[in-house]
Formats: sequence, structure tokens, C-alpha cells
Amino acid sequence: MKLSRLTVMVTILSLLAAGIAFAGKDLDAVKKKGFIQAGVNGNVFGFGMPDNKGVWKGLDVDTARAVAVAIFGDASKVKFTPLTAQQRFTALQSGEIDLLTRNATRTLSRETKLGLNFVTVNYYDGQGFMVPKKLGVKSAKDLSGATICVLPGTTTEQNAADFFRTNKMDWTPVVIESTSELAQTFFAGRCDVLTSDASQLAGTRAIAPNPKDYVVLPEIISKEPLAPAVRHGDDQWRDIVDFAVLAMINAEEMGITSQNVDKMLKSKDPMVQRFLGVIEGNGKALGLDEKWAYNIIKQVGNYGEIFERNVGVNTTLGIERGLNALWTNGGLMYSPPFK
Amino acid sequence: MSNPTTKATREFLKPPVTEVGVIGWLRSNLFNNWYNSLLTVIVMLLFWQLIPPAFSWAFVNSVWNTSAEVCRETDGACWSVIPQNINFIFFGFFPEDQQWRPGLAMVLLIALVVYSKNRNHWKKSLGIYWLINLVVMASLMYGGIFGLPVVETDQWSGLPLTFMLALFGIVAAYPIGVILALGRQSKMPAIKTLCVVYIEMIRGVPLISLLFMSSVMFPLFLPDGVTLDKVLRAQAAIILFSAAYVAEVVRGGLQAMSRGQFEAADSLGLNYNQSMRLIILPQALKIVIPPTVGVLLSVFKDTSLVVIIALYDVLKTTKVTLSNPKWTSYSTEAYIFLAVLYFICCYAMSSYSRKLEKELHTGH
Repeated sequence: MKLSRLTVMVTILSLLAAGIAFAGKDLDAVKKKGFIQAGVNGNVFGFGMPDNKGVWKGLDVDTARAVAVAIFGDASKVKFTPLTAQQRFTALQSGEIDLLTRNATRTLSRETKLGLNFVTVNYYDGQGFMVPKKLGVKSAKDLSGATICVLPGTTTEQNAADFFRTNKMDWTPVVIESTSELAQTFFAGRCDVLTSDASQLAGTRAIAPNPKDYVVLPEIISKEPLAPAVRHGDDQWRDIVDFAVLAMINAEEMGITSQNVDKMLKSKDPMVQRFLGVIEGNGKALGLDEKWAYNIIKQVGNYGEIFERNVGVNTTLGIERGLNALWTNGGLMYSPPFK
Repeated sequence: MSNPTTKATREFLKPPVTEVGVIGWLRSNLFNNWYNSLLTVIVMLLFWQLIPPAFSWAFVNSVWNTSAEVCRETDGACWSVIPQNINFIFFGFFPEDQQWRPGLAMVLLIALVVYSKNRNHWKKSLGIYWLINLVVMASLMYGGIFGLPVVETDQWSGLPLTFMLALFGIVAAYPIGVILALGRQSKMPAIKTLCVVYIEMIRGVPLISLLFMSSVMFPLFLPDGVTLDKVLRAQAAIILFSAAYVAEVVRGGLQAMSRGQFEAADSLGLNYNQSMRLIILPQALKIVIPPTVGVLLSVFKDTSLVVIIALYDVLKTTKVTLSNPKWTSYSTEAYIFLAVLYFICCYAMSSYSRKLEKELHTGH
């Protein structure tokens, strides 16, 4: 009896050890499969949502496509799994997806307790307030005593409560379950203020009966750095995802777009040459084709392009670059050197 | 000498106009005393207030197939949200140039369901038709043969997904439910306990938690890299869940059978299988048609719960369409459309069950 119990324990332990030994092979698994399984939102316009032809569109979607291009040289080598907020981390942990690009905020507990590695932020979001222009409110500090429309059970509600408590102001929450009803309630005037992530506010303002009647206040009361994530255990895979995002930012900084990338191949600038793989080295270091960055820019575009295409001022959302502008323009988008 | 007045009274005097015809009906049903009259007047006023505006919203001021920009300008309903997005609502992620495939599969399915409704067609050949149809439908949906490109199950969505989950849910849950009900009545303690535990456990948790288990917990128990199809997992959860409910309904039918039927079967020398198949079950299942249909209807409607595990059934595809800021304001129209769709399916099922009840009625 004793012996058999021992055998069972040894077997379990060795299985566990084997599990650990085989983890860290995410990149190999992806290459063997021939495509990336990416977890996306599925419901947020501009970030991850199918259009009316069933084609995935969005900033997060394009980020996942960039990773696919880096590895396979083909933007179509990615499959999207729509995930709910509850499912998203389990799906990554269990290996159902290889990459999570689902507007997830990078936090300490998610990095550690959930065993995730977030890479470079692809969208800096934050919670803000929107008010009707006719109220004449100029700052969120003037909102004492306001009725505020908010989604229940999210960090949004918590953040708003914290903000009002720290500033010693009163507020009355009007809690409404669905995003679209929340917007309609706000437009109908049942509450003075609508609070949500700034990217959402922009979308809501866009569908207002008369968008010019509403203003988004300048205060941002929470930090929501939204970043792609992979699971612990495969550093090479993490690096590739990280630099796929960085390549798009770097390309914008260098002024390389999907339009002029072919011309840029002839550039005399060694930094550009190194970036586009004319001078070899970066690709080998990452374990990728030397043309990986060229391919990303050619097929997906630089960060500025995917931003403008999905959420920028000419889209329904009409979001300004703000924090998401390049560091040279006063934003936070910054890429380490590609050398 | 007869009295002419009396005669006239007897032959020609009609009941007062206030007692017959439309007026009479109104008087005796709507205005027969003061509070009914009051209620009638209030209800009439309500109708007057509600129906004309609703009618002009839905039909007069409405637009039917325009862009979202045109919708902004109109006061009425914007039904355009449906035709403008119909491909995605119906077929979801199925590649657009291949959408005739799920379309054809659904037509085949509905045709066969309609054919099967007639009891004269209940022969062996019907089973063969179903088998052939299933194979054809599967190859239409999945592809990979006859030069059809493969469409993975994660791209199956919209109406075909709803129908598939519902149909297989119903078809598989019913026999499993019957077996569980018989098991619960069994004299063998092991089988009986197993069935009781299963039924009570499943009935003790909501379908949502089962779906969550299947989609969130289950993959953690699988070895690395092994994934089981998500649609399949949801389908299994729905079947397991519904079977427990069907089982209890069928048990009700079994208990309603009089002792005499069992004894009569025994005295004819029939064994367990024969007596169940020939005597008990046909009667018991007939008794419980109404509650069974109730369970099956809720299976159909419960398939919409798969949205919480991010499967795109027809409800979810509609919701996604509404997430587009262009269409967000027209959720009422989209949900009315869905309600009509669900109503048609459910009403067809329940009216068929009533017909079946009537046909099978052999009581005295």
C-alpha cells in the first residue's frame, strides 16, 4: 500500500515537473499550429469588434495582427477568440489563447498573482467625466452634488466614489446596467454627468443627438494602461509580442508608414536600415525573419495609422491622440532603440 | 277569438336591440355593472393613448432599409438596423462568400422538421432521412469535402448556432431524460442513487454556472495544449442540464400511471423492457406532453445564455451589432425583431405539441 502511494506521488510530481519543463514553449506551439489564437473583447467598437461582415476590426485586433505578421509574415495568420471579462485571464492561463489583446489594464496583482506578463501599452486610457455644455462646468472639481450615470460593479463606480470622497464632494450615482441604456439615460437628462473610460465617453458623445452639446472634462481620475498580455514561461514569445507593439510605435517616430515603407528601404539612415532589416541583426536576435518590422508596417501600419484607422478623430469615436501621442508630441508613446 | 296583441308578442316581438348583437355583447360583457364599465372606459383610454403612437412609430414614421444617418433624422422606428446588418445577425463570423452554406443547412433542417411533423411519416425511412440530413448539414457547415473550404466551429455563429444548440439539446436531452427517470424508479439501489444524485445535483445549479464550468474551469483540468471545442462543451452542458429536467417531468408521468397497468403488464408475462416499451412509457410520455414541451421550450430559449461564454448566438450577434455606435440607439427595434423570431419558433413548437396531444388522445 505504502509503496503504491509513493508511486502515485512520484508520478504526480514528475508530471508536474514535466509540465514545468514543457512550459515556455508557447512560441514553438504557435509556430507548429501555424496561427496565433488571440483573445479579444468582441464588444467594444474601435478596439475589438467584428464589423457587419464578420471581419474583426479594432486597435487590439490590429495589435494581434502585427504579432502574426512578425512571426508568419502574414496578417491573416491569427484567429480571434472573443472573451468576456471573467474569462479572459483563465483563457490565457489554460492555453486556450496564446495572446490576450483585450483592453486589459496592467496592474501589479495581474502580473504576479495571475502569472501574466503585460508588454508595452498599446492604449493609455483613464476614467473621465462628460457633461452637457449648458451646465457650464469647466472642471470635475465643480461637480459637487451632481447625479452621475455609471455602470455597476466595475472599477469605474469605485473610482468615481474614491474621487468624490477624496475631494469631499457629494454625488448621487444613477446605476444602469447596459452601456447603450446608460447613454440614452444621460441624453434624456436623468443625470448631470456620465462617467466612464475616456475612450468610451468619446464613443458615447459620438452617438448623441447633438454631439456639440456635450463636453468631456479635462480631469482623468484613474490610470488604465491597456496592454497586451502573455502568460509567464516563455520569454522569447513575450519579447516578440513586446517588440511587435514597439515596432509600430518606433515606425511612427521614424516617419515610416505603410505607404512609404518601400521607399524607406532605400534610406541612408542606419537606424532606419537596422529597423527595416536592411542591416541585419534584429530579426536574428528575436528569432524572426529579418524583414519582420518591414512586414508589420507594410501590412498593418505604424501606431499612428492603426490609431487613426480605428479610434482616431475621423472615426465615429473621434478620439484625440492625447496620452497616446508620441513622446515627441507630448504623449507617452515611446520606443526603446531598435539596435 | 284570439287576442292579436298576444299573438304579435309571441311571434314578432324581437328581443330589445340592447340585448343582442354587438350592443348586447358589449352590454353583457363590458358594461354589465358600474366597475366593469369603469374598467372598460379606462382600458379604452389607455389603448387610445398607446396604440396610435405605437402604430405610427412602428409603421408610419419608420424607415426600413436606410443608412444610420437617415435614421437619425426620423422620429419613427429605424428597422434599418436589421437589413443593414442581417448577414452578421444571422450568420455571424461565417465567411461572407460561404454564407449560403449555413443558409441551405437551415432550410434543410426546417424542411425536415416540417416533414417529421406528420405522424404518417414516422417510419424507419424518416430516421434514414435524418441521418442523411445530419451528414449533409455537417458537411455544409464544416466543409472540407466537395471542394468546400473548411469553416472551423469557432466561426459558427448566429441563427445556425442557436438552432443547432437547441435542436441537439432537445433531441439528446429527451432520451437521456427518459432513461434517468426510469433509473430513478429502478429497484437497483446503485442505479437509483446515481440517477437521484445526478438529477438533484444538476437541478441544484443554474445553467449559467454549468456553462461557466464548461468554458472556464474545464480547460484548466486538461493537459497543456489540449483544447476541446467550445461549441461542443456548451452543447454538452445544455444537454446534461436539460436531461435532468426532462427526467423529473417523465417521472411525473410514470407516477401518474395506475398500479394496474404495471400489474397487467406483469401478468401478460412481459419482461421489464417489453412492459416499459409497449405499455408504460407510451402512456406516461403522452400524459406529460405539456410539461415536456415547457421544458423543451426553455431549452430553446436558454441557448441564448451561451453569450456569457462568448459564443455568438443570434442574440449575441445582434448585441454586437448594437455595440457599433452607429446603431446603438436602435436597440428597441433590434430586440423586437429578435422577440418575434423567438416567438415564431416557440409558438410553432407549442402549437405542434397541442396538435400531437389531440391526435394521441385515446382516453374516454
